[in-house]
Amino acid sequence: MRRGAGDQVLIASIYTLLAVLGFAAVYPFWNAAVISFNSGQDTALGGVTFWPRAFSLENYAVVFRDERLMNGFMISILRTAIGTLLSIMATAIFAYGMTKRDLMGRKYYMIICIVTMYFSGGLIPTYLLIRELQLLDTFWVMVIPGLISVWNMIIFRTFFQGIPGGLEESARIDGCSNWGVLMRIVLPLSGPVVATLSLFTAVYHWNDWFAPSIYITNVDLLPIQTKLQQILNSNIMSEQMSQLDSAAQGRLNDMRSVTSKSLSMATMMVATVPILCVYPFVQKYFVKGVLIGSLKE
Amino acid sequence: MRIKENRWLRLMRQWDVQLMVVPALLFILVFHYIPMYGVLMSFQDYSLFRGFSGSPWVGFKHFRMFFEAPEFWTIMRNTLVISVLKLVIGFPAPIMLALMLNEVKHRAFKRLIQTISYLPHFLSWVIVSGFVISMLSTDNGSLNILLQQLNLIDQPINFLSIPEYFWAILVGTGLWKEIGFSSIVYLAAIAGVNPQLYEAAEMDGASRLRQMVSITIPCIMPVIIIFSILAIGNLLNAGFEDILLLGANPVLRDVSDVIDTYVYRIGIQNARYSYATAAGLFKAVISVGLLAAANYAARRSGNSLW
Repeated sequence: MRRGAGDQVLIASIYTLLAVLGFAAVYPFWNAAVISFNSGQDTALGGVTFWPRAFSLENYAVVFRDERLMNGFMISILRTAIGTLLSIMATAIFAYGMTKRDLMGRKYYMIICIVTMYFSGGLIPTYLLIRELQLLDTFWVMVIPGLISVWNMIIFRTFFQGIPGGLEESARIDGCSNWGVLMRIVLPLSGPVVATLSLFTAVYHWNDWFAPSIYITNVDLLPIQTKLQQILNSNIMSEQMSQLDSAAQGRLNDMRSVTSKSLSMATMMVATVPILCVYPFVQKYFVKGVLIGSLKE
Repeated sequence: MRIKENRWLRLMRQWDVQLMVVPALLFILVFHYIPMYGVLMSFQDYSLFRGFSGSPWVGFKHFRMFFEAPEFWTIMRNTLVISVLKLVIGFPAPIMLALMLNEVKHRAFKRLIQTISYLPHFLSWVIVSGFVISMLSTDNGSLNILLQQLNLIDQPINFLSIPEYFWAILVGTGLWKEIGFSSIVYLAAIAGVNPQLYEAAEMDGASRLRQMVSITIPCIMPVIIIFSILAIGNLLNAGFEDILLLGANPVLRDVSDVIDTYVYRIGIQNARYSYATAAGLFKAVISVGLLAAANYAARRSGNSLW
């Protein structure tokens, strides 16, 4: 049975490799969590890897007491809730209209949509448009530009077209208008696709840090991801500085029990937890979502 | 005349459906088509005070300036090298992962690896860059701890300030974030392979490796081809957020500056709008060319994108 032995070697090496990959995928996350639960002063001594050495909730206490960070957290929640709700509603209505075969101009409307998937004005003209529309430094700049997603519209439309036409017809005979059909028949039957697209849209809103970083200067309006980016960026700079003057930096670190490193790890955890909470639900749906998407490609 | 009237009547009769569609289209016109038109400002000396209509036209001035800028070749090199590295390493990796996962018969182990490896896709680049910065830092960075314990280095290395390491870090991070999620399509394609093929191969005494090479890979080849074509069309998209976040240290500018980050720095931070738009347009034109070429290749292989 030489062949069987060869198979076993292959299988064994695959399992080993996958285990290593799995470890590599989890470790950065695990380590960041460990540092966030470790006293900052102790972390600065080095050597914290798999387990907190001096367990402490101090870092989180500082994060939760920091009004600016908590404000950013609230902005992120508001933005995610409002942005997702409005975008899914607007896009679903648009998509339903686009399923109508007798819709006049449907072909041209579709071309208008498809073109935007291949061409865009780019960063600067978009920025200047937002500026022209007086959206700079407003909460709505995080919601309005993403209101209609052509990509989601196409996925919605594909799904709506799969709903048996007979249902719509019988509702219409009972006197339902188009809006009524959409609200009472089509949307209730589209649970999975609404859930999938809502989750993807929500993850996008929660994770987006770049748009606020260029459109918003008022710190009270910045979501937590953008605030976190600013903190991490200043950490890189200070690490650069500490190389120049490591003795002074070391003395500074000794004086504080919470260091910038432990603090940013705790902030990262706080900004990640909502994603971890929805992840199990996303996972249930996203394989389907990805496949619908790639089918369209 | 009659036809026109009929059209008008038809339009009036379907006003409710039109009302669902037209506002969204107007929205798309404003937020997508106005910026596309606005690209023309790369042929102007645009100023905020004069606006689009009042700014003077200057032809190809900004394009010439961009081509003659001392940093032009560095930017082009970085854009190409980074995107080619990402393509060459980032494209086959998820296929390998899918092939390996396919060989795993323990359901629980397979699910565990899948769950773990998909997760990073849903984290923001800020969080991911935070992990990388933390792993590589001199202050309790795990990589430095490991290397020191193995006695490979005496002093911790500040990896993110050394240009030689930057490309590797960037490609590695991208791989870490996306390998699992990108493998989903290939796993789905593998699941669609006819199981009778494997049974027949088993009868003929083919080893698992042999089955992988002779059955699985040929069966998912169409999917691989389509995705490789899409990837080539995206060749100039070297990445943006990852480079912006990981290459924030000015020491790295010589290896981290790509067209997109350059447009951002010059356009948003230095407010040289026309010049930055010209650089962006240059990239867009080449990208469209690449996409058209890729689609031509696709059509020849029988898998057109359009």
